[in-house]
Amino acid sequence: MHKILLKIFRTGNLTEPLPVPAPPLEKPCSLARGSLSIRHVDAGSCNACELELHALNQSIYSPETLGIRFVASPRHADALLVTGPVTLAMKEALKATAGATPNPRAIIAMGDCAINGGVFRGSYAVAGGVAEVIAVDGQIPGCPPAPGQILAFLERLALPEPHP
Amino acid sequence: MSGGAGSVLGSFFQIVLVGVLGPLLVGWVNWVRGVLSNRKPPSVIQPFRDLFKLFRKETIRPSGTSALFGLAPYVVFSAMVVASLLIPVVSTVSGGRAMGDAIVLVGLFALARVFMALAAMDTGTPFGGMGGRREMMVGFLAEPATILVLFTTYLLSHSTMTGVTSEVVREGSVLPTPSLVFGALAYFLILLGENSRIPIDNPATHLELTMIHEAMLLEYSGRNLALMEWGSSIKLLLYLLLGISFFLPWGMSGSPGWQGDLLALAALGGKLVVAGAALALFETLMAKLRIFRVPEFMTLAFLLAILGFLSHFILEV
Repeated sequence: MHKILLKIFRTGNLTEPLPVPAPPLEKPCSLARGSLSIRHVDAGSCNACELELHALNQSIYSPETLGIRFVASPRHADALLVTGPVTLAMKEALKATAGATPNPRAIIAMGDCAINGGVFRGSYAVAGGVAEVIAVDGQIPGCPPAPGQILAFLERLALPEPHP
Repeated sequence: MSGGAGSVLGSFFQIVLVGVLGPLLVGWVNWVRGVLSNRKPPSVIQPFRDLFKLFRKETIRPSGTSALFGLAPYVVFSAMVVASLLIPVVSTVSGGRAMGDAIVLVGLFALARVFMALAAMDTGTPFGGMGGRREMMVGFLAEPATILVLFTTYLLSHSTMTGVTSEVVREGSVLPTPSLVFGALAYFLILLGENSRIPIDNPATHLELTMIHEAMLLEYSGRNLALMEWGSSIKLLLYLLLGISFFLPWGMSGSPGWQGDLLALAALGGKLVVAGAALALFETLMAKLRIFRVPEFMTLAFLLAILGFLSHFILEV
């Protein structure tokens, strides 16, 4: 127990300064200021985006500092973060999840697959990008996007005016 | 208690104080937890931002739920508000003294728990039912231990009124008696179990299969969710306040008058800061128990409470 405490105090604050802000959203999204709950939906991802999301939640990026947190239910969420090309098996589930999210809400397509199908485009098992199933409010490009990029976008969503 | 306008004003002040301090305490615990996980911590007022946001969001009533689902958040929140009147917060002669005693308090917490569990089962989702059943399991294991701790304090003060007990402890010797020490240890374990903290439940988890408290709230949204979360934060605060009034009442004001109340308020703030930090430290160092170990944990609480109860007769009479 004292070893953990020693380690905590020797390590100190690991959170790095905020990355370069993302470009402003094309369509401003009036979600609450300084509080953003995100439900992550895996619509058929290869799990590379999931690994980056795991990395995002470490102390180095620390989205909680900005009031951004991942929640367990779409009913608690302000934004759905969809990864992967939408497979036919997940198409209805994705629509139902969006329907279960209270307004105002945002749908974000994360990663190239979610944006346009990526390398899986045209597969017999894939419906295409998220935009081909439900309306998308924002995109995070990358294959997979780096945690810093994800955080910069989410910060823009949580705090519409630039962070001081 | 003299009653009258002053008492009504005092009760109103106490409700507002508890309503504000509840989310603030959760924010403080999360702040310390953030520091201890080597990150830049979230703001202490983050719970207020979350609540404010939730109150402005759409409230969805899932299809297939009965009126119970919509009623439960109001029952839970009002039970917590009423319970806040039964605990001496600033002064041992606070306004709620005529309203009910510690038994009523346990009953109010049980009422909130039953409604929360029933509403969770009402949704018909597997996780809701699972969370409700687990909550009732923890609850029925914690309740006898809670009652025994209350009876131990009753043996000291010959009153189940919480204010009288804290007065007796405060005016007694500074050295705590053995029964109070055992009672305080048992109470700490009960507090962790009843408020879904580590090692019983993890308030920060996203894994439905390990949830207890959160699993019952999965279908709530908007205003209903805000009331549930606000109610839970008040519950944590009330458990700490009750513990403070029984086991650390020094610094509380014993007579009417605003000077004493102000001093007592400052002392209370200091105690809550220390208690919240201690809770966060404990949660950082502990791992979560698996669900089948929970009965053993709560049995330990019951055993400590029994020891406190018996040590009063063996050592103190």
